[in-house]
Amino acid sequence: MAMALILSFVFPLAGTLILALSAGRLGVRASSFIGVGSVGLAALATAWAVMTPPGGESVTVITLWNWIAVGDFQPTIGLAVDGLSLVMMSVITGVGFLIHLFAAWYMRGEEGVTRFYAWMNLFVFSMLLLVLGDNLLLLFLGWEGVGLCSYGLIGHYYRSHANGQAAFKAFVVTRIGDVFLALGLFLIFMELGTLDIRTVLELAPQAWAQGSTTANLAALLVLGGALGKSAQVPLHTWLPDAMAGPTPVSALIHAATMVTAGVYLIARLHGLFLLAPDVMLLVGVIGAVSLLLAAFAALAQTDIKRVLAYSTMSQIGYMFLALGVGAFDAAIFHLVTHAFFKALLFLSAGAVIISCHHEQDMRRLGGLWRKLPVAYGGFLVGGAALVALPLATAGFFSKDEILWQAMAADQTGLLLAGLLGAVLTGLYTVRLILSTFHGEPGHGGPTSDHVRDPEAGVNPLTHHLPLVVLAICSTFVGAWLYPGLGGLFPASPGEAADTGHTLLQVLAMGAAFAGLLLAAWLFLWQRRWLDETVRQGFGNSLWRLWHSAWGFDALFDRILVRPWQLTVKYLRVDLINLMMNLPALVARALNAGLVRGQNGRVRSYALVMVFGATAILLTLALVQGGAV
Amino acid sequence: MILVWLILIPFIGGLLCWQAERWSHQAPRWIALGTMLFVLVISVVVWLTGDFAPASANSSQWLLQWRAPWIPRFGVEIHLAMDGLSLVLVALTGFLGLLAVLCSWQEISDRVGFFHLNLLFILGGVVGVFLALDLFLFFLFWEMMLVPMYFLIALWGHSGSAGQTRIRAATRFFIYTQASGLLMLVSIIALVFVHYSNTGELSFGYDTLRGTDVPEPLAFWLMLGFFIAFAVKLPVVPFHGWLPDAHAQAPTAGSVDLAGILLKTAAYGILRFALPLFPEQSAAFAPVAMFLGLVGIIYGAVLACGQQDIKRLIAYTSVSHMGFVLIALYSGSELAIQGAIVLMVAHAFSTAALFILSGQLYERIHSRDMRVMGGLWGRLPVLPGFTLCFVAASLGMPATANFVGEFMILFGTFPGAPMVVVVASIGLVLAAIYSLLLMQRVHFGSEYRSGLLAGPDRREYGIMLVLLVLTLAVGLYPQPLLDTTAAVAGPVAELFTGSAELAVRAGEVN
Repeated sequence: MAMALILSFVFPLAGTLILALSAGRLGVRASSFIGVGSVGLAALATAWAVMTPPGGESVTVITLWNWIAVGDFQPTIGLAVDGLSLVMMSVITGVGFLIHLFAAWYMRGEEGVTRFYAWMNLFVFSMLLLVLGDNLLLLFLGWEGVGLCSYGLIGHYYRSHANGQAAFKAFVVTRIGDVFLALGLFLIFMELGTLDIRTVLELAPQAWAQGSTTANLAALLVLGGALGKSAQVPLHTWLPDAMAGPTPVSALIHAATMVTAGVYLIARLHGLFLLAPDVMLLVGVIGAVSLLLAAFAALAQTDIKRVLAYSTMSQIGYMFLALGVGAFDAAIFHLVTHAFFKALLFLSAGAVIISCHHEQDMRRLGGLWRKLPVAYGGFLVGGAALVALPLATAGFFSKDEILWQAMAADQTGLLLAGLLGAVLTGLYTVRLILSTFHGEPGHGGPTSDHVRDPEAGVNPLTHHLPLVVLAICSTFVGAWLYPGLGGLFPASPGEAADTGHTLLQVLAMGAAFAGLLLAAWLFLWQRRWLDETVRQGFGNSLWRLWHSAWGFDALFDRILVRPWQLTVKYLRVDLINLMMNLPALVARALNAGLVRGQNGRVRSYALVMVFGATAILLTLALVQGGAV
Repeated sequence: MILVWLILIPFIGGLLCWQAERWSHQAPRWIALGTMLFVLVISVVVWLTGDFAPASANSSQWLLQWRAPWIPRFGVEIHLAMDGLSLVLVALTGFLGLLAVLCSWQEISDRVGFFHLNLLFILGGVVGVFLALDLFLFFLFWEMMLVPMYFLIALWGHSGSAGQTRIRAATRFFIYTQASGLLMLVSIIALVFVHYSNTGELSFGYDTLRGTDVPEPLAFWLMLGFFIAFAVKLPVVPFHGWLPDAHAQAPTAGSVDLAGILLKTAAYGILRFALPLFPEQSAAFAPVAMFLGLVGIIYGAVLACGQQDIKRLIAYTSVSHMGFVLIALYSGSELAIQGAIVLMVAHAFSTAALFILSGQLYERIHSRDMRVMGGLWGRLPVLPGFTLCFVAASLGMPATANFVGEFMILFGTFPGAPMVVVVASIGLVLAAIYSLLLMQRVHFGSEYRSGLLAGPDRREYGIMLVLLVLTLAVGLYPQPLLDTTAAVAGPVAELFTGSAELAVRAGEVN
């Protein structure tokens, strides 16, 4: 087991090193081979680790070396593996491998393939460390590492200024969250004297009373970090812009793995959050707000990837909602199924985008279902899972679990938000699929003759296999694959009870179908009325509000970015330093004054001498006189 | 005797370089390289054979010592001593000296011999500062590093747009450090006289003066004299004005030495002299020092964001990073002080690398103005990748040495001064902003001009790779470094707790 664990992240690291040190000498094929192969090996190593029955203990701990040791401060480079880590590892390497494989198709003929795979492998490495680290500092290493990789990959097409800005924004906004997490670590270390996760969870209940200020503060700070990485309100604005990266990046980092790191973090530190019930509730509320806000925003996007980005944010909102009601198991369950179906949706979107020559505006797409049957299939299956169509899809099982837990925890508000979100999910999913694959392409869009055949000039396996496997996992098969984390977390609120579960299932199904029917009615029968409505008056205002995702960007621009830019602009000349020039100015002024006296004219010298002598004599006389 | 040689070798090497120019242009370079290698090898050997366990009752605090009378009339001795901290910094000096010689291999073609004389004299002076224990000798070396630095900037600096600017920058550097050095000299002499009037013994010795009982208001002023001298060098806002100018105008080797080592002499001075000589006054002064550190972190970062000259940007990031060091030195926590030492080393690596990279850029596009850069990722092989790595180090990415340093400082300071850490953490976000701004303006975006530029040759590639490996090595396994300096950081941290206890006891007596 130990060997398998170490290999799982050493392979991607080796891949990164080889690719980075090759300095552009490797061709596209070789780079793809190394990039995909290393993650494939990591996936095999993970499979080996999952197969190996743990020896009695539920947690395997491996300490590689002592990182830092000064007094009490003893973080190690050490791994701790339990069920949660294994599930996360499987998602990262399994889904990660499929996405890497698909990228071999997606990135053919692109520039910078070596750089792309170097970053992707480094990402897998960092993400694995994030979920494997046995102490919070090592977790933080992975946490920052995935952020850096995200930055590098969003800015992959570096020539475009907008992409650079998007990458910059993603890094800085998540960094703000990271600072909160860092402060949380400082607080935890000060209070408990350790960063080891299991020790922290053990000591926290002894050291802090339920609901004490310190516990609340620590949980709040950790939550700040989770919000940044998981793109939840108010630190969510970077995620839609992050879609500037290549689509496999969006699938891997901004859908399946990195953005769910916040969910992992809270689940990992659940003991801390259970001590702070108020913060727990806040987690749930933020989740609910994010899920609704993002779902409305997704309704009014025109870019395929932005729809999916807001949908991701919305689904992570569900996970936060689950965490907030104490249903950690349900949150992780939804994390896993979401990784499957959202990766599928993103990859299918990638297939559409490449086949249509990088066209991703839905207004110009349409009628593609005949041309791109595999991608269409992917969208149908993934969309169904996203909408949580009953019984057949993975999304149904996990979302139903979340809603049920919210109900069992007596959080009616959160439950209603979840149900409303389900209706909206149906709406935007149908809109997405209809406008991409049905109807006629809009003005300037690729007509069916221009659509590239995905199988042309490349092994179709790299295109078909990931889509098919992910599609299978998005159905109920994915729900079966999830092993459950029994015993790792404290009992969820709905564990023992069962009253009302059937009612809730009916409600959830009703919500999903309501969304679908409403969508069909709106987009198929009332299309014209809808187009008219959003073009003018209140409908238009609403559209613009949702299109700009409730105006958060403009708000932050006004209250943060612009003041900052002004500060930088006015301080550029280094005001404090100018102050230090004062002595020099004084010296120069004195110099100018005294130089004037040195005019070379005997008359003025004589005059000054007479005055000077008189002044001295007078002074002497006065002083002497005073003395006498 | 090793200590004497460590100081003498650079000076002798410098004189040799100067004369060797008669034989060939290359000779001074090789001699300088050999000299610095020698210093580095000696310090590594000392490190390998040394025992850095904390001093016990019967073992000395010092690893190596050397004394000889110099001016017995005034009690001035040549007293050199080395402990873990001096050793680390001397080794760092040797290493960065090596880099400085290497990175000017192509850049400097004018008066090569005299250039290397100056370079080696700076390094000799710095080694002297790190080893001198006699305060008079310390002051001598402290002043000695300035003169060759002045020449380095004034003679080989970039002429800049305004023509005269390198002379101005050199003069400004000289005046700032000279004036502050004067304050230290006054403090030293006053301290010696107080000791003389107390005991009738005239001495500049470190151990002798440490226990001096200085009457209260005077002690505070003397402490301030030391502090300001070091604060100018560190630099602490508002005394930072010389730094951006000096960095921007200095040749690459000068910037490397300035950022890599000269700034560290100040932190060393605080650790070695300002704190141990005046523990109570320093403890009382700590809130002010920490506040100045915070101002430095934020102010340096904001200004870094506003620069158009790439070297000025990097210079202002130094102000920001040194703010962290200042906070740590006055935190009274062993963890934080150890972190400060790691950050000093890390900052030397990452900033030296960034300066060398901007020097390499200058050799290719003949500009330091970021407005005429952009899109270099596509035009220049390999170097942008290295830039990204060191930019990541500079923003404190985990697994780099900078992260270890910064986080140890923050972890160590938090229990004593949580609000300071909260504000300092804003610096982490700002660090991300200025670091990525550099990346965005220089290497990403649309290409300002087209055409491929020459990639790094073996020398340039080697420099970068070694620096990167060292940054990662210290970031992932800093323990050897920490063990070396543990015996130094612990007692300094105890000074504060000790003086706090003293103060409490004094209060009880009253």
